Amino acid sequence: MDARILQEFRAVAGERGLITSQEELKTYECDGLTNFRVVPQAVLLPRSTEQVQRIVRLCHREHIPFVARGSGTGLSGGALPVQNGVVISLARMNRILEVDLANARVVVEPGVANLEVTERVAPHGFFYAPDPSSQSVCSIGGNVAENAGGAHCLKYGFTTTHVLGLEVVLPDGTLAHLGGKTLDTPGYDLPGVFVGSEGTLGIATKIILRIVKRPECVQTLLAAFGSTSEAGAAVSGIIAAGMLPAAIEMMDHLAIQAAEAAVHADYPDCGGLLLVELDGPMAEVEALMRHVDEICRKCGAGEIRVAQTEAERTLIWKGRKAAFAAVGRISPNYIVQDGVIPRTALPRIMSEIERLGAEAKIRVANVFHAGDGNLHPLVLYDRRVEGQEHAAEVLANRILELCIEAGGSITGEHGVGEEKKMMMSKMYAEPDLETMQRVRCAFDPEQLSNPTKVFPRPRLCGESPGEYRPHPLETAGIAERF
Amino acid sequence: MAAPPSGPTAATSIGEIWDDLRNIAGAEHLRSAVGGDSVAGVQPQMVLEPSNDTELAAALRCAEAAGLCVVPRGGGTKIGWGNRPVRADLILSTARLNRIIEHAWADLTVSVEAGCTIQNLQNTLAQHGQHIAVDPLWPERATVAGMLSTNDSGTLRIRFGALRDLVIGVTIALSDGTLASSGGKVVKNVAGYDLPKLVTGALGTLGVITRAVFRLHPLPRKEHSFTFVARDLADANRLALAVQDSRLAHTGLQARFDAATAPEVDVRFEGTDAGLTAQAEVVRKLVAPAAEIPSGNAVWQARQQLWAGPAAIAKLSTLPASVSEICGRLRRLADSAGLRWSAVVQGTGLGWLRLEGSSPPAIHRVLHTLRIELERAGGSLTLLRSVDAMPAMDAWGSGGDALPLMLKVKQQFDPHGTLNPGRFIGGI
Repeated sequence: MDARILQEFRAVAGERGLITSQEELKTYECDGLTNFRVVPQAVLLPRSTEQVQRIVRLCHREHIPFVARGSGTGLSGGALPVQNGVVISLARMNRILEVDLANARVVVEPGVANLEVTERVAPHGFFYAPDPSSQSVCSIGGNVAENAGGAHCLKYGFTTTHVLGLEVVLPDGTLAHLGGKTLDTPGYDLPGVFVGSEGTLGIATKIILRIVKRPECVQTLLAAFGSTSEAGAAVSGIIAAGMLPAAIEMMDHLAIQAAEAAVHADYPDCGGLLLVELDGPMAEVEALMRHVDEICRKCGAGEIRVAQTEAERTLIWKGRKAAFAAVGRISPNYIVQDGVIPRTALPRIMSEIERLGAEAKIRVANVFHAGDGNLHPLVLYDRRVEGQEHAAEVLANRILELCIEAGGSITGEHGVGEEKKMMMSKMYAEPDLETMQRVRCAFDPEQLSNPTKVFPRPRLCGESPGEYRPHPLETAGIAERF
Repeated sequence: MAAPPSGPTAATSIGEIWDDLRNIAGAEHLRSAVGGDSVAGVQPQMVLEPSNDTELAAALRCAEAAGLCVVPRGGGTKIGWGNRPVRADLILSTARLNRIIEHAWADLTVSVEAGCTIQNLQNTLAQHGQHIAVDPLWPERATVAGMLSTNDSGTLRIRFGALRDLVIGVTIALSDGTLASSGGKVVKNVAGYDLPKLVTGALGTLGVITRAVFRLHPLPRKEHSFTFVARDLADANRLALAVQDSRLAHTGLQARFDAATAPEVDVRFEGTDAGLTAQAEVVRKLVAPAAEIPSGNAVWQARQQLWAGPAAIAKLSTLPASVSEICGRLRRLADSAGLRWSAVVQGTGLGWLRLEGSSPPAIHRVLHTLRIELERAGGSLTLLRSVDAMPAMDAWGSGGDALPLMLKVKQQFDPHGTLNPGRFIGGI
């Protein structure tokens, strides 16, 4: 990069706010998805909104693409640097700016870790609901970019449900305030479209969050089934009975083994493990928990346990949340996949995954948010075995195709990023993608903010879109436009 | 912002447009507009009722090419919301797009066409013990897309979220005839931009919603409502905040204010007998010593009842802890102007107020002053219905520093200003 520009960056961010040495830049070459790597030209570590604005203005003036980065825990390559671009790390903007308990609002900078918000408000009986498995390190800014979910979004919603307002540095350096502390601010729901835009519409520098009152009672039940399809039947039974649990999680035998090996969660050894969490007023939870217990027994559950103490509950969740990393104990390499299906398609898709795995001689461990049909198949392989990595990638992609064919989605919470952008045209027809990109053109006509992500092919702003053409899946009668 | 279309271009005569639209949707589905079709006092020329989204998109493309201004219409219950359109030529009615496409009850989702009424939809969903957890205005006539476009949810919002949290997919027709879908049929989905949220509350200015997919909730097993009488505004606010700050799982919380009587606070719970009994005990202790009076489902109609007879109606948004301050201000302003007022304010900080009196300019002054004060404190006031002879007032108020971005979004989706020109914020 031009020394003159570097000098300007240094003038904005200070000596300690600019990284240019090759060795240090390597730290930023990828995020949680490690099979894509690009070394950025420079990394900037601003400490204030004003510094972010000045950096972005400079990028805009010089046509330098930039990628915002939080804690780098993303699993779709959203924070992967782009060629000839810089990374803007928000790690140093990590203050909780305001806690307004009377109105249940917290204002944070983007570098604040997800769990810090809950820790700050927990003494007052509140929590911040989105709880991705990486919550102890992942940043709120990253959560905003990816619209992070977690185990409890079945009942409590996603990041987008809990973000009321944003201060955003737009890709030309302009500052804009989207939404606010009050609800239904007049005009378009720009926070709604910004959250989950994966860093392609600008950089959030302040985020107004809604916090939630902790329920009176939380109970977590573990039920051991012979198979995931039995466990799946219990999930259907629970939903059909008109209950909305705080979380319903499922793990298959391989995932249970991995979690046991890693954190000794004391899970029963079984073919399908169901974790059901109910929360709310004590009397309500107790009445419904008896009902859940009955449904599980009817569906063939052997052992059923209800966590009796907070410590037991924490241990149950520790096993579940550690499942991705735990798989490292039973396989040298693995791909974490993230797909969504209508929940009722679960038994069919599970047996299809099993069949495909057997055919390819690749093991697949399954962890799901079963209540909302969000699958996390972990495709296990050994890079040292010739051809296995490729076979694993093919299988992982095939699983996503199954999700699309079932009327689901290629990502429920990890984002499209670099990894899945080519799958977007399998899920959406061309006019759908072109319409989405109109938003991009409004925010970032020059496509400087995290370019090359999310969409398979950038739309030139000003290009006029074509007429509607049916998607191949529609023509084949597999899918219907909703 | 581009000027809206100025009407049929020289190249296209009005007769040709009639022919084109007739060819698209059939002669029996195109008619001349009558007085009852007027939009905030602007008289359109034609009303078209396409039978499916392809026809609707084709009609839009044709209208745009001919330089017409289009007003999408569902049940017409909220057609007066927003500013007066700069022009209105063609009403594009969704009356015939009224199918329920798929109620996937085991997946807790429904796909439905734009023109289906809320009541019809809820009746169908109830067959499997489910509903969309919303209670919008005039459900027997209001349609799915009308509710979405005006972002009208209701009292259940405090527990189940806003429409933006319940809509998981949309298909929209853009003014150039593009039909685009976004979101999907699953609740959890982060693939691509969230256009369902963008078009919710956009008053049909970006595209015409032709279909929507919603996540559903189980119907309550049982419900119980409570009403408590507060001493004054501050006491009502205290009661509402106490409930909101408790660990109760209420599905409704509102305070009803008017000039003549003591404020009343309504709370609603749903669940099992055991849960309802336990919560009843807690809420009574919590609000003591406020007196409890008989309550029931009818109290949740209060928002709709504000609309009876002529009066100005506005929606206000403030922080929950500021409700008594704002309502106190409203009372002082209304009293000194000799106006009658009433308001229903939910625990979320969203409220609806009604103002009436013999002086329309006084109503304008009160609303204007209240808007300034609300905006100063980070809130907003949206005018939903005016009264005759009231001086003109922008319906939306300030868009802040996000307005330039909103104009750019509009420019991308509807570059010729075909859809509802002038009705939305900042002249959009």
